[in-house]
Amino acid sequence: MQLVLDTEQQQLRSTVRKLLADHNNVRSVVDGDGAYDAVLWRHLAELGLTGLVVPEELGGAGAGHVERAVVLEELGRALAPVPFFASAVLAADALAALGDTEVLPALAAGEKIGALAVSPGWGPAPVSATERDGGWVLDGHAPFVISGDVAEVFVIYTADGWFVAEDARRMPLTTLDPTRGQAKLEFAASPARRLDTADPAAVLEEVRDLASVALAAEQVGGIGKVLETTVEYAKMRVQFGRAVGSYQAVKHACADLYSTSERAESLLRHAAWAADHDREALPLAAASTQAFTGPAYFAAAASGLQLHGGIGYTWEHDAHLYYKRAKSCELLFGGHDAQLARLAGRLDGVS
Amino acid sequence: MSEFREKVRAWLAENVPGDEELANAKRFQAALYDAGLAGITWPKEFGGQGLTSAEQQVFDQESARYDLPNSVFRIGMGMCGPTILDLGTPEQKARYIPPLLRGDEIWCQLFSEPGAGSDVASLQTRAVRDGDEWVVNGQKVWTTVAHLADFGALLARTDPDVPKHQGLTMFLIDMHDAAVTVRPLKDMTGRAPFNEVYFENLRLPADAVLGQVGQGWLAAVTMLGHERVSIGGFVRKRHDPLAHANLAETARRYGRDADPVVRAELAKLYAAERALALFNVRLRQEAEAGSPPGARGSVAKLAGAQLQQQAVAVAGLIAGPRATAWEPGDAAGEELALAINQTPSSSIAGGTDQIQRTIIGDRILGLPREPVVDRDVPFRELRVGTQRSA
Ligand SMILES: Cc1cc2nc3c(=O)[nH]c(=O)nc-3n(C[C@H](O)[C@H](O)[C@H](O)COP(=O)(O)OP(=O)(O)OC[C@H]3O[C@@H](n4cnc5c(N)ncnc54)[C@H](O)[C@@H]3O)c2cc1C
Repeated sequence: MQLVLDTEQQQLRSTVRKLLADHNNVRSVVDGDGAYDAVLWRHLAELGLTGLVVPEELGGAGAGHVERAVVLEELGRALAPVPFFASAVLAADALAALGDTEVLPALAAGEKIGALAVSPGWGPAPVSATERDGGWVLDGHAPFVISGDVAEVFVIYTADGWFVAEDARRMPLTTLDPTRGQAKLEFAASPARRLDTADPAAVLEEVRDLASVALAAEQVGGIGKVLETTVEYAKMRVQFGRAVGSYQAVKHACADLYSTSERAESLLRHAAWAADHDREALPLAAASTQAFTGPAYFAAAASGLQLHGGIGYTWEHDAHLYYKRAKSCELLFGGHDAQLARLAGRLDGVS
Repeated sequence: MSEFREKVRAWLAENVPGDEELANAKRFQAALYDAGLAGITWPKEFGGQGLTSAEQQVFDQESARYDLPNSVFRIGMGMCGPTILDLGTPEQKARYIPPLLRGDEIWCQLFSEPGAGSDVASLQTRAVRDGDEWVVNGQKVWTTVAHLADFGALLARTDPDVPKHQGLTMFLIDMHDAAVTVRPLKDMTGRAPFNEVYFENLRLPADAVLGQVGQGWLAAVTMLGHERVSIGGFVRKRHDPLAHANLAETARRYGRDADPVVRAELAKLYAAERALALFNVRLRQEAEAGSPPGARGSVAKLAGAQLQQQAVAVAGLIAGPRATAWEPGDAAGEELALAINQTPSSSIAGGTDQIQRTIIGDRILGLPREPVVDRDVPFRELRVGTQRSA
């Protein structure tokens, strides 16, 4: 197992970090209409990042999950308001696992934005499928679809299997995390294409495992950024004639942030490595990584905000954006309890 | 007096590890050495294998399935040996490293004193030069395995007229010298794995100095760095009742494995265990690639202590009243109680959690240090521990 990034992976990191530093527009999205940063999205697409793990013959870059994790870390650090997680992870992974060749190239190229509709607890969305005139139509609704407000292609998991649809009514929701939209989708006799597979539930599991790794990468990036800004601030902010970082209560909280960050990163590196090199180990690695990074990110973001004092509670400061992103991430996929139950289930066979 | 003698005898007989256990440890270490499995990453020249951390990792993974009987060598292998390799003369390395690896000689670390624990540099044990020799007087405390040790790495004050960190020197001493007295000290588990050690005019030759005279703090910091990596990198033993796998088994045995709270806590524990284990792998891979862990060993040490506490909490949740009382001789009950009672040691020994957090804050994150009041004051003028220095 390889848990240390090689030179090329480090280069990828600096390229993406630089791109995000030059182009990130999180504030205009947060203070504006709450959509996404289309210019940044185009840049990501031009660099081939929107189809990073998609095979080359399907228009992707054919890279690995370790590389995708590097990109997601940077996006998470910057809170980049782009539908990468929804489109380049959730939807793309599902389409790849289902062997789709019709829509995936457009997603991989970043020409279309995809989203995945499942129930919040990662079961079938309450959508029914009916065969009509040799085709399929969908009825029902899918709540809490990540980036469903900006997506054009929907991959839907239902009790009747997997479908792709482009005609759905999007009802944007107001979100805790202003940097990532969600929508409720309504289907009313909406035409859809069925994606055949022998074991729809197994595909869901695989997509969920990869999503756990991808989300962990965002979380690790977020923890790293919180650590960095908090330590910087603690060095600079003076109270009682000393930099606050020289007080043990503050210094020790920063040390705990560091310890959390290092351990979360270790889990992530292994899970991403397993996604590329050891699929048998992936389910356990993915579940244990999420079980750790979910609460770890939120605790880090909350602590980082606390250590900034009053300024951390202001709208102008970014601390609340990390706090909100962290809590949202923790509540995704059925929440932390569901993550623990999932990990516990996978541990039953392990000794 | 004879009644007292009886008491001492009986207590020692019961509490000091038996000769058999010790002989067993030495036999095992010698066998490891003969098999080419001791000192895997240590230089060949001094009896090591000259291999990489990858081989060490394989050894650690495989041996974690067993409870190796050689923990008595842990301080020598994890701390004293590496420090001698870093700072020793060729003669010192040739004299001490091979027998350590072969399991012929046991080492202890003589740093802490009643007045100097976290603040080791405020220690009062004195070494005074007398011609070519040094004469040592003073007391150490909490010295692990001193009662079994053949040699010790001693930190002593050689100059009380300079600030405390500048007046220290490290010595390699013979624990069998008549001028050294070792008294077992009972810990909170009721056993006596550590000791008080007294020096009364212990005479040391000039070549007992490790590193330079007056540079003992550097030697101490070197050793403490090895100590944190060694403690933090410690792999849970197969039969450790607090290892996730064993707690899960205990939960099954006690019929607690379907309880959703137990399941959730076990899952959290597993994730935390994996996080620390993988962090240690990362540290090793980075060291391999040329960046040594430095102060990051403190993360492993701190996280290890936290993991221990987390595991004790889960154990209590699983065992319930069984953690509070058990049939005499019930091994499971005894084991769990011992694990509960040993937990505080992991956040004290080798530098407390507070000290580790300060190290991380100062040395890794570069946060401003706390104001120090004693850095530039001659040791002689300091208030030390709970008393005033001599
Ligand atoms: C099981 C065990 C084995 C040991 N083995 C050895 C051994 O083999 N050799 C050896 O030399 N020593 C050994 N020790 C001693 C150990 O290193 C010390 O106990 C430890 O460093 C703490 O020192 P202290 O006990 O004097 O506590 P103190 O330093 O008196 O600390 C008391 C409290 O104050 C806190 N504190 C102290 N200074 C600071 C500070 N600057 N900032 C914030 N908080 C602070 C501590 O964290 C602690 O909570 C052992 C101890 C144990 C428990």
